[in-house]
This record gives sequence, C-alpha cells and structure tokens, in this order.
Amino acid sequence: MTNFSRRDIIKGLATLPVIGAVAYGVYRRQKRYRELNRNLMEDIQVQLPDELPAVKGDRLRIGIIGTGSRGRYLLKALGYVQPESLDRWQVSAREDPFYREYLQNFLEQEDLNVEVTAVCDIFDANARKGMLASSNPDRTGTGGKSGKEPVRYKTYKELCSASDVDAVIIATPDHWHVPMALEAARNGKHVYCEKPLSWTVAETYEIRNVIRESGVVFQLGHQGRQTDSYQVARSLIRQNVLGKVTLIEVCTNRNDPNGAWVYEIPKEAGPGNIDWNQFIGPAPWHEFSLERFFRWRCWWDYSTGLSGDLFTHEFDAMNQILDLGIPHSAVASGGIYFFKDGRTVPDVLNMSFEYPDRDLTLLYSATLASEKNRGKVIMGHDGYMDLSETLVINADPQSTRYREKMDQGLIEPNKPIYSYVPGKDKVDAVTSATEKYFAGRGLLYTYRGGKEVDTSHLHLKEWLNCIRRGNGARPSCHIDAAFEEAMTAHMGTIAYKEGRRVYWDSGRESIE
Amino acid sequence: MEELLPDASFLYFCLAIGFRMNYSNRQTIALIALRIALGWHFLYEGLTKIFQPGWTSSTYLMDSKGFLSGFYTWIASHPSVLSAADFLNEWGLTLIGLSLILGLLTRISTIAGMLLLLFYYFSHPAWIGFEYIFPSEGAYFIVNKNIIEIFALLVICSFPTDKILGVERLIKRRKGITGG
Repeated sequence: MTNFSRRDIIKGLATLPVIGAVAYGVYRRQKRYRELNRNLMEDIQVQLPDELPAVKGDRLRIGIIGTGSRGRYLLKALGYVQPESLDRWQVSAREDPFYREYLQNFLEQEDLNVEVTAVCDIFDANARKGMLASSNPDRTGTGGKSGKEPVRYKTYKELCSASDVDAVIIATPDHWHVPMALEAARNGKHVYCEKPLSWTVAETYEIRNVIRESGVVFQLGHQGRQTDSYQVARSLIRQNVLGKVTLIEVCTNRNDPNGAWVYEIPKEAGPGNIDWNQFIGPAPWHEFSLERFFRWRCWWDYSTGLSGDLFTHEFDAMNQILDLGIPHSAVASGGIYFFKDGRTVPDVLNMSFEYPDRDLTLLYSATLASEKNRGKVIMGHDGYMDLSETLVINADPQSTRYREKMDQGLIEPNKPIYSYVPGKDKVDAVTSATEKYFAGRGLLYTYRGGKEVDTSHLHLKEWLNCIRRGNGARPSCHIDAAFEEAMTAHMGTIAYKEGRRVYWDSGRESIE
Repeated sequence: MEELLPDASFLYFCLAIGFRMNYSNRQTIALIALRIALGWHFLYEGLTKIFQPGWTSSTYLMDSKGFLSGFYTWIASHPSVLSAADFLNEWGLTLIGLSLILGLLTRISTIAGMLLLLFYYFSHPAWIGFEYIFPSEGAYFIVNKNIIEIFALLVICSFPTDKILGVERLIKRRKGITGG
C-alpha cells in the first residue's frame, strides 16, 4: 500500500476545482436559457399539426382527367408511378443522395388503398404515361408485375359517367376545371380539382351550388393546407403573438423559362395525337398551336395568369392561417415586361387587397424574371412572422406586448423569438446566439429526421378520408374555401385587366 | 532551450510510456495552463451539447464542403448514424475535457481529441471559395482554429504534465514508481 504524501495529493487533485468552474459555467448558461425559454413560452400553448390517420374503408376507384406533369405528380402522390420513371430514379439514386431520398420516400409512402380505373388525356403520349403509371400498383420498375390496366376514355364526359369510378381527379388547364368538376359532381363522383377553382366569375357560383347540392366530397388542390408550419402559424397568431396584424406580404419570384410556363414541347406532338377541339372547349376558337397546347398558362384564353395560378397558393395559405375570406376591394398593376413571347398574361403583377373590417391589407407582388426571394411575411404591431416550410417570429422593437421583456433583456428586438421546424414536436423559444443565427435559415433543417412527406399525398389522403367517412365530412380546402380563393383571384385579375379598383359586394356576393 | 528539446520524434513522445522529462517551472506552468485551457474548452463544449435539449450536429454536417462532404451529409441523412455521431461528439468532448483537466489518461485523450478535431476540420476545411452558413469571425486559409487546437493537443501529447500535476501522479505513486 502506497502512502501518498500531502504534496502528492495536492498535486494529484489540484485541477479538480477547474471542473467545478466549468460546471458552474454550464449551470449558469442552462439557467439563463431556461429562464429565457420560460419567459417566452409562458403564455403560449401551441396547437401542433395532428397526424392524419388513414380512415379504413373500401378500395376507392379513381378516374383521372389530365395526366400531364401535374396529373402524374398526383398519381405519384397516390402511389402510382410509371415503371420507366422508377428505373430512372433508381439509376440516379446510385449517384445522387437527393434521388435516393426521393425514391425511398416514395417507396415508403403510405398505401392509400385506391386503384386508378380510368384515365383521360387528350394528348396520346400523356394518356399512355398515365395508363402505365396507373397499372403499377407494386411501385416496381420495368420488368415488375403490372396490375390491371385502367380504361382510357377519349372524353371527360365518358370518364365521369363510368360506373367503376367513385372519385375524379382533375388536373387540366384552368378553363376546363369547372366544366369537368360539374360533370363529375352531377354524376355523383367525388372531386379533387387542381387550383384555381374557376376560370370565369360566373361559373364559380354554379360549381359551388352544384357541389353543395350533390353532396359529393370536394377538395381543391391547395396542398399547402397540409403544410405543418401554416397550421402552427394559425395557432400562434390566434394567441396574439404578433399583436394586431395590419399588413401581409406574399410574393412569387421565379426566373427561368419553366417557371414562366415556357415548357418543353414534345417532339412527337402534333395534330394527329392531340384532340385540339376538345382542348379549346369553352375557350375562344384558335387554330391548332403546339405553343398554346403545352404552354396554355401564357394565354388568358385558357389560363388565369399569375393571379389564378400562383397567387392563389399564397392566398389560400393566408386564408387558412387568418380566415381572411374575400377582400373588400382590390387594385392591381403589372405588365408583360420580360417574356415578350406572344403571351397575353402578365409576367409582373402587383395586387393589393383591402380588408377594412380586419384593418389589414394583403399585398401580392410577383415577377417571373427575378429569383430574389421575398418570402411570406405577416406583420403585426408586436412582431412579424416569416413563413416558409419553417416559421420564424421576430420581435418588433416598438412592440407593446414585448416591451417589458425587451427592457429586461429577455428579448432582443428584430431577433427571432420563436421558431418552428417541420418534423419537430414543438415550437422553440429561440434563445442562444447560434439558434438566432440559424432560425432564419431553416431550410437546412428540412433534412432533420430524414423524412419529408409529400403534402399533395396528405391532401389527397384527407380527401379520401372524408369520402370514406361520409356523413358530410369536408376536407380542409372545401368548396367554400375554394369559392373565396377563386373570387379573390378574379378580383385581382379584373382589377389588372380593367385598370380600376374592384369591389366585392358581400350582400349580393358579386364583384362590382 | 536546447537541452529541453525532445530527443526523439513527436511520435515517439506520443507513444512512449512512462516518459520522463525535466521542465523548468515556467515551462511546466505554461504546459499545464495550456492543458487546462484545452480541457476547459472541450468540457464546456461537451456539457453544453449534452444539456441542450435536442442538440444535433445535423445542420453543421449538412453544411459540409470539400472532398469529404459526401461522407458528412451521409451521416446527417441517416438518423441512426447521426444519433451515434451526436452521442460520440457529446461524450467524446466531455471525456477528453475531463481527462485534460484532471491529468488522467491524457495521452489517449489528446490523440482522441486530435482525431475529433480533424473530423471537424475536414467537414469545414478552410479553403478559398468555401463559404459556410455560420461564417467564421476571422480570415483563414488552410490553418484555422481547429488546426491550431490540433497542434496544441500535439504539444500536450508530446510534453506530458499529468505526472507532475494530475491524477496520473497518484497512479504513478501507487505503482511505486518514483521520480518527478
């Protein structure tokens, strides 16, 4: 047994107090952040997004009208992708982690218990792709077992009257949305319709009436309804975290031909494999044009322009969060400033919607020729909220609500105080310097947890759930929300086209 | 200075067991101060990560640049690998910090610390044109603070002081080895 000298013991353990000092530092740091956290979170009870459990029921039979790129995307969200595409993803996944995750997410995507029994597209190549996707229930590449092939219909009317179709998905150009939705509803088929609801004001009333009377389950394709951060934003704003909101700014910024709707025209396309007469439908007659067929979004004859095409996503998000409804009035300006390619819809558009009853303005600003991202901002007296996939709230230096906490040094003005990141099970009080730095740069966080769920998949699932539930169950983007979306977009478009302020007469429900 | 220079390579010093060296008081104080400062830094970094709820290295790893960035993003995108990396990080930093402060097993901990820092360094190498989400506060080219800290650990590894001031002194005594 060795006897330690006092000198040995002192020298052996001399550094022990250093650990105490470090521990004290950790304790002080924890105490500080706990205090900040407690102070910020004391009044906040956040309603987090609910899981969307699938409702059990019979296998539903789907008919899809329009299997172009959006239609096929919706098929993917239902679990159906053509084998050739899966082959391609598999090859890409070997090299590219993005595709690896994309493929994995698709293969793991929940089975919604549907089959696609009917396909209608007036361009043969798209119809064929839609058919191939629809007959691949096992999500395999080429060489895999293929399932029952759906019936291809030449017209949407035949598809809507097919006895083996329970529900119809519409992913066609805007001018066809209402006629097809009407036909489906009148045949008792449930309807999932891509946005915007309508192409003209008059048909907007008709589709609302028919959907209401028919009792079918209607969902408008604003998949943003399933975005977690919007649901959290709603909960936070209802707790007055921002104070009185007077201005909302939403934007579209794109800067590439695809974003400006100048899509590729397939080489094989021509009058022989496109049913041009059916394409024209309710639109004014025009001779056959590949540009017009594939880039229909560029012409008012088939499109609703920036207002119907892209503003509606922003509007529906804000309507979801703040229950805005149809505005009191709208003004708009803009022009065709960059894509002078013969289009009739503007590529720059600014619209301002007034809500005097709510004391607020909704501002939309768009260009298709600059990618400067301006985000979505909800501005209140006490703070402002930046919204994307993530959510960040900054305190306003002149806030009344946060005055005391700012004076106590618990909140820094203009710095993030709350953040929400998808997949996390809580809203965080943003306390440390690093968190403040990263809070505004949330996109990196979307990798956290590794799994992203396609919002279109959830949006379709919600619609299918309501169909199975019956008893008048309505999905989140029901016909009344759709009516508000369409009328608001039309007000903006009319204000732009006519160069005047446009009013909504809420008593008569008409645009004046 | 000459008589104080090590009489073999750095590697020898790192691996040699029971190495003995005579330092002047000033040198001893300088080395111990460096050892404790390094330990303090590691320990504080480790403990704050352990105590911060939901801490993860994911964002840092996703921001990796350079020829190994694929490896780091691979870690970040696999939840089980990521949680193992987070765990090793938190407890690695903490244990290395404790070891350096206490003067216990410092040879192992300095080598582990150097490896850990190299792991950090290669995720965010200081190279012209590489810009990171969390910007550095200074200007660095190849040599950054991680590199400096790696060499500081190499010094501690090569000029051990734990038998002079540290728990190793007691262990050495218990084993009946005299000296110091």
